[in-house]
Amino acid sequence: MVMNRRSFLQVAGTASLAGGLPLAFSPSQVQAAGDTLTIAYNVSLPSWDPTTGLSSVNPGLQSIWKSVFDQYIDQNPDLSFKPGVLTEWGWNADKTRVHMKVRDGATWQDGKPITGEDIVWNLNRAANPDSGNPVGGLIWGSVGNLKANGNEVTGDVNAYVADFFKWMAFLTGYILPPHHYEKVGAEGFEKDPMGSGPYRVVEFVRGSFVRLEAYDGYWGGKPAFRNVIFKFVTDATSRVAEVESGASDITLAIPFEEYDRLKAKPGLAGVATPVSDIAMIFFNDTGPMEDANVRKAAAHAVDKDTIVNRLLRGYGVPLHTLQAPEYAAFDPTTTVEYNPDLARSLLAASGYSTDNPVRFTIQTTRGYLPKDYEVIQAVVAMWRKVGIEAEIEVYEVAKHYELRATDTLAPAAFYNWGDSIGDPNDSTGFAMFGPSPHSTWDTDDLDAMIGPLWGEKDEAKRIAGWKAVDKYIAKNAYVLPLYQQVQPVIYRSNLDFTPHVANYVLPFTTKPKD
Amino acid sequence: MSSSYLLNRLLLAVPTLAGAVTITFVLLRVVPGDPIAMMTGPGATEADIALLRAHYGLDHSLLRQFVIYLGQLMTGDLGTSISLRQNVGELIVGRLPVTIELVLFAMLTAVSLALALALKGTFWRGRWPERIVDGFIGIVVAIPDFLWALSLILILGVAIPVMPIFGRMDLTISFDSWTNFYLIESLLRGQLEVTRSVLHHMVLPAVSLALPLMAITARVLKSCLNAEMNREYVTLARTRGFGRLRVIYSQALRNALVPATALSGVQFTFLIGGTVLVERIFGYPGIGNMAIDAVINRDLPLIQGLVLTFAVLFIAVNLLIDLFITFLDPRLRHD
Repeated sequence: MVMNRRSFLQVAGTASLAGGLPLAFSPSQVQAAGDTLTIAYNVSLPSWDPTTGLSSVNPGLQSIWKSVFDQYIDQNPDLSFKPGVLTEWGWNADKTRVHMKVRDGATWQDGKPITGEDIVWNLNRAANPDSGNPVGGLIWGSVGNLKANGNEVTGDVNAYVADFFKWMAFLTGYILPPHHYEKVGAEGFEKDPMGSGPYRVVEFVRGSFVRLEAYDGYWGGKPAFRNVIFKFVTDATSRVAEVESGASDITLAIPFEEYDRLKAKPGLAGVATPVSDIAMIFFNDTGPMEDANVRKAAAHAVDKDTIVNRLLRGYGVPLHTLQAPEYAAFDPTTTVEYNPDLARSLLAASGYSTDNPVRFTIQTTRGYLPKDYEVIQAVVAMWRKVGIEAEIEVYEVAKHYELRATDTLAPAAFYNWGDSIGDPNDSTGFAMFGPSPHSTWDTDDLDAMIGPLWGEKDEAKRIAGWKAVDKYIAKNAYVLPLYQQVQPVIYRSNLDFTPHVANYVLPFTTKPKD
Repeated sequence: MSSSYLLNRLLLAVPTLAGAVTITFVLLRVVPGDPIAMMTGPGATEADIALLRAHYGLDHSLLRQFVIYLGQLMTGDLGTSISLRQNVGELIVGRLPVTIELVLFAMLTAVSLALALALKGTFWRGRWPERIVDGFIGIVVAIPDFLWALSLILILGVAIPVMPIFGRMDLTISFDSWTNFYLIESLLRGQLEVTRSVLHHMVLPAVSLALPLMAITARVLKSCLNAEMNREYVTLARTRGFGRLRVIYSQALRNALVPATALSGVQFTFLIGGTVLVERIFGYPGIGNMAIDAVINRDLPLIQGLVLTFAVLFIAVNLLIDLFITFLDPRLRHD
């Protein structure tokens, strides 16, 4: 039959009257089977190379990578360090040499043993400028002349970096199998990734999900769940629906209101853990922020307890420095008092009042962090009461990075500073040291205090030095730390889930309840 | 439609695409958001940043970067994604079938429902059921696709969990696709379990996309049908004893269909744009979902590749609609 205009219209009309395609409605296949753990994850995995490129410094991806790859050194849920693929590590007495020992019996996921040469290959690759490792220069390039002798690895210290070994449990501190990587190449590795972690990749659909299966030869033993599926559910409402409908067993990064509702539901449980992310306001040494009275008033006028309790429903830990309680240089004696009267008098000393307020811009993201915009609205309202009139400018986080890199942020800018290894080099250090490309405050007095700490080899003296720096920063209000973020995780109540301060959701440590 | 007209349209597509390429390239480098600034970890130094900038070729002047990019385009190379570290062309070819299947299914759903609604509304013209149809169309048109998506998830995914709310297919099914057109390929290969699962997963995202388009199309079609029903040839047909339904179906519909089809074509391009949010909400692995990640990561080569793909799709769809309208209305063939 030849389709002409008339016959086409007849067919089209008949089809429409039939009401379109009949589709069977049947119960969806939900709820993973007994040996499968399904995680509705908030970030989509862009790459299988955790050591180079844009995604390698994304803290949100570490849970997936830690399931497939080993880190040189591992971390306990409280951020303390424990052996990973390295069982021993350290410096010599004068900290001019490093030594490491590779775990006996550790294997790649094709069964080949992990050797000292493999570790040398990985460290050299990380330090190679051509590899694209974002922290290759300062961190991985700080050691060189690496040599392997069986399971022992030694090397020279090019420039002493106190947290070098801590970085082995941090961003880009993963090992890849040299024999496999060199065979398949960088693009081939994306299609055929291999690690030495507890799970191996079975199926990866970019932008949708990754299916993992337990690696039987893993040195750390057999995981409770043989199969793990990370679904990339980047929309928070959809993650709530996933776990509420039973389609996923665990989810994270959902609104606190939803967390409170879901954890009260039968069959679900929740845990909200303070994690290694600090909400803070950068002050830039420009305009009104060069006036110490304005900065100090801005710090004393903010009631962090009220922000946490009212706005964040209690899910936050007010902070006075860039050190969370789990960090090595946390000092509970360093505090900044909430005192609006003191803020008013400080502003009055510089000629400002509620009738004649000091004016500046504060930048913030909206929706990038939980309640980011609302928190800044609250801060601005508190400031207004003492004589600070701040205008809110909303921008995307990409613009924040660019402005920070070029030191052109507004006098105040809201941000989230993460440091999952808890070392002061990476919290106060990179955030506040003038020459760092990440810092916003840039004055000689502070740089003179921080400078010597980078090379300080006496650990106790180094930590004491950072505590003194934090006290000095708090006294001079060079930055306004607000609170430690809390990560809400919802999971099936028949699971035994262990929260991690580094904000990891690790299938390997998740078990069915006895 | 003559072949010279078709040739003209194809030739016009060249400057349109060139404009899209140039504007996208310049805009992406003018708007704030430096991909290198985003990828520098806390331990990165200025030297690390400079090395990364050189690594991705972003240390050249804007003009040189553009010349390099055009040179790549001429050879069919869309570059390498900064965030996904794969060839942009391969990435888009891998994900485009997902979106095309979804959009076609949504379009089919929208047009079918719109036809049914418009025909029913016209049949009940002047009576109370017409007001129900008009009210329904009014409500549906006022709600955007992403809100439909969230509502459908809550109703059919959570409250009455009968429909899947994530992904393209049941994760327990393995399907080694050659083309990534899962629906069509599984049908052709007789793997009906895959077909059923893909359809099942497609229903909610497709309906979310289809509903606003359905409402707009139904409104225009119904309005056109009503206008046709007041014409003399309809009165003549009725006086000759044709029933109301037959007159609508066999006489008025063919004339009313032309403007509605033209509108559907325009809306189809919006439908492709709508996949960005809907695919995100349903975790559907198409190019819409990928576009959001590309923008968040300031993945310049990937954004450029996606914009070019969208531009080609828009041009192709508009051309096809024009051809289709000519097929429907013989008068246009002679104009």
